[in-house]
Amino acid sequence: MGCCGIRGENECIAPGSAALWMREDGEGGYVLHLLVPGMEGLEDIRAIEKGLKALPGVTEARVNYTLKQVKVRWRDPAFDPDAIIDTLEGLGFSARPFDPDEAGVGAEDREGRELLLALAVAGFAAGNIMLLSISVWAGAEGATRDLFHWISAAIALPAIVFAGRPFFRSAWAALSRARLNMDVPISLAVLTAAMMSLYQTVNHQQHAYFDAAVSLLFFLLIGRYLDHRMKVRARSAVSQLMSLTATGATVLDEEGRRRFLPMENLQKGMKVLVAPGERIPVDGTVIEGASDVDLSLITGESTPEPVKEGSRVYAGAMNLTGPLILRLEAHGEDTFLSEVIRLMDSAEKSRHAYVRIADRLAALYAPVVHVLAGGTLLGWLFITGFNWPVSLLHAIAVLIITCPCALGLAVPAVQVVAAGVLFRNGIMLKSGSALERLAEIDTVVFDKTGTLTLGQPRLMDTGPVSTEALAVAAGLARGSSHPLSRALLAGVEARGITPEPVLNVVEHPGRGLSGRWRGVEVRLGSRAFCGVGEEVPETDMPQIALVIEGQRPVLFTFEDTLRPDARETVARLRQAGLRVEMISGDREGPVRAMAQALGIDVWRAGWTPQQKLAYVEGLAKAGAKVLMVGDGINDAPALAAGHASMAPSTASDIGRTAADIVFLGQSLSAVWLARLVALRARRLMTQNFVMALIYNAFAVPVAVLGYATPLFAAVAMSASSLVVVSNSLRLGLIDRRLRRGFALKDGAAGRQEAHEKKKREAA
Amino acid sequence: MNVLVFLIPIALFLGLLGLGAFIWALRSGQFEDLDGEALRILDDEDDKPLKD
Repeated sequence: MGCCGIRGENECIAPGSAALWMREDGEGGYVLHLLVPGMEGLEDIRAIEKGLKALPGVTEARVNYTLKQVKVRWRDPAFDPDAIIDTLEGLGFSARPFDPDEAGVGAEDREGRELLLALAVAGFAAGNIMLLSISVWAGAEGATRDLFHWISAAIALPAIVFAGRPFFRSAWAALSRARLNMDVPISLAVLTAAMMSLYQTVNHQQHAYFDAAVSLLFFLLIGRYLDHRMKVRARSAVSQLMSLTATGATVLDEEGRRRFLPMENLQKGMKVLVAPGERIPVDGTVIEGASDVDLSLITGESTPEPVKEGSRVYAGAMNLTGPLILRLEAHGEDTFLSEVIRLMDSAEKSRHAYVRIADRLAALYAPVVHVLAGGTLLGWLFITGFNWPVSLLHAIAVLIITCPCALGLAVPAVQVVAAGVLFRNGIMLKSGSALERLAEIDTVVFDKTGTLTLGQPRLMDTGPVSTEALAVAAGLARGSSHPLSRALLAGVEARGITPEPVLNVVEHPGRGLSGRWRGVEVRLGSRAFCGVGEEVPETDMPQIALVIEGQRPVLFTFEDTLRPDARETVARLRQAGLRVEMISGDREGPVRAMAQALGIDVWRAGWTPQQKLAYVEGLAKAGAKVLMVGDGINDAPALAAGHASMAPSTASDIGRTAADIVFLGQSLSAVWLARLVALRARRLMTQNFVMALIYNAFAVPVAVLGYATPLFAAVAMSASSLVVVSNSLRLGLIDRRLRRGFALKDGAAGRQEAHEKKKREAA
Repeated sequence: MNVLVFLIPIALFLGLLGLGAFIWALRSGQFEDLDGEALRILDDEDDKPLKD
């Protein structure tokens, strides 16, 4: 995942850059892969394919709707691939070329194919062997039984070798690092079962476990494939959110020509051009032009900052009003962004140390099973007077019967259902362990700008300002794309006032707007620009002034828009007994106001990324399990340090990379919903483990005593797997209840509420 | 029991046929875009009504 791109709304690929991603297709032509996140429905598929095929030279244009990608082929070396992007933009889609080999985007899902193929082979083998086994259990004897066993062996042995590879590989990887995971007992059971069954077949005996060994693989592969598919889907959804930014910058050379250069070709001292509406690609000093830059992703500051010649600007800031020429001072390795990435990488180490529930259990379970099997072998050797074949048979039966089929399904099955429920509600899990970690949290730390708020300013109560002044201000603001202008216009229109027509509107980047209204000059902009003196006290909130020639200037104050449900979410989290805190890079005034509005007692303002990171690490050291919720570049290290972390989909690329969970949409209730699902999922996992252990408590003594016939093994193992899977599916019921509009609460409170609602409806 | 000489090969052959069909479908990319195919089947733009 490219960490250097910052997401923006209006960014597009600079000309000439698509050629960087095109590849030879090995058949004498060329191929280009593009991400088109905006496609929606059949109409779009058709429009894209038709539009691209109409380009002269294009031989193939194929949409992959699941992954929201387009693959385009052509033969003519003179064909300009930028035409593809232009065509897509003409159709109303923004597109980003990508490298299919780049990790995370995943055009080719080799692992998924391999699992599916293994699943198909195991399924075929299990079905046919079961057919033969049933006749054996029904009483086939002598030569017929031997024949059936031989056919079973002929099917099972190659199938085990083929379909068992994912398990054998994982088990081998664990063993070679001197660890135990669930795949170790699984592999051991499958392999020993196959060996022993072959031995029994050769010696015309009756205990062949081919069916058990193969159906075991079949069940486990189902779990593993579903798990894998969920991961791929979440990963591709996250990568689609990624920027449409080209990783490079527009450079002015000595003769004043513009050229787009990729990141790696940039050099210190180059002149970089940044148009209004673009993200600043590098750290540098302004040498020409003036503008306002939005630093909200970098510092959390909600007010845009004016910049002019000599100001230092950082990669990731959004240039709002005027074109800027920068002298490049640092890029790539030396930027503020890479400093943040370094902090993030070091913070992430603690999370890698987290051991997942299944692995923790495997570390206990595997030795117990192996000791049991060893004990069984010794016991039977002693009883039978060193009859090796019989003793080995019973020992291997113990291995087969205890093979953690249900345990192997207990976690993935729940995970798949939970991820599905969250996915349908716009919440994407980036790793499986995120759900387990989320269930453990006891403290929630929010960032302010962009997380608790939408990062969009809103016009506050205007008090005594006349309708006329508002109308004039809106008329001026119409001519600008500055966020405060847009907020002013929206605020005035929402009050039912029609903007006055203002003539000759000129934007003075970094200062404001001027124009003529009814023959007098009017200005809208910074205090200095509008002649507001020291007598009017400054506030911490963003303000702009309006002056109509000959009148006293008036001030408009803005506040950040709170996310819908922010208040409710904070209240609910506190009710559930969690500590809720807020840390922000913004100034103290807006942060305090926000904290009071939301009822958050612990808050910090004006913090740097380092301070945020140190704070979260400090909480962790004191024993707290912190859920960090943030969006900015400045939050990324803290997100990486949190026990679990969430970011809205509008976050910076690096913020989304650092977070475990990304949620779509404006509502903050995703935080609370994700935790709820995580808690339910943990409860179901525990139930599954308990059921699997109960099964073992019955089955193990039977096996140790030597009564585990192949029939018993087949029935017991399938039954326990089915029970575990159907229990996991219960998690999906949350989704149905959400859709029916039940207010979900934790445990008893939720049941109480649902009960009362039912009573009310009945009455 | 002679019937087994036919039945078992037939059963295995049918099973293998299914497996082969699945592998063919997988190899020819029919599982690459499940959501897309679900939509494409509804595409009837190029179908022209029969003239009578």
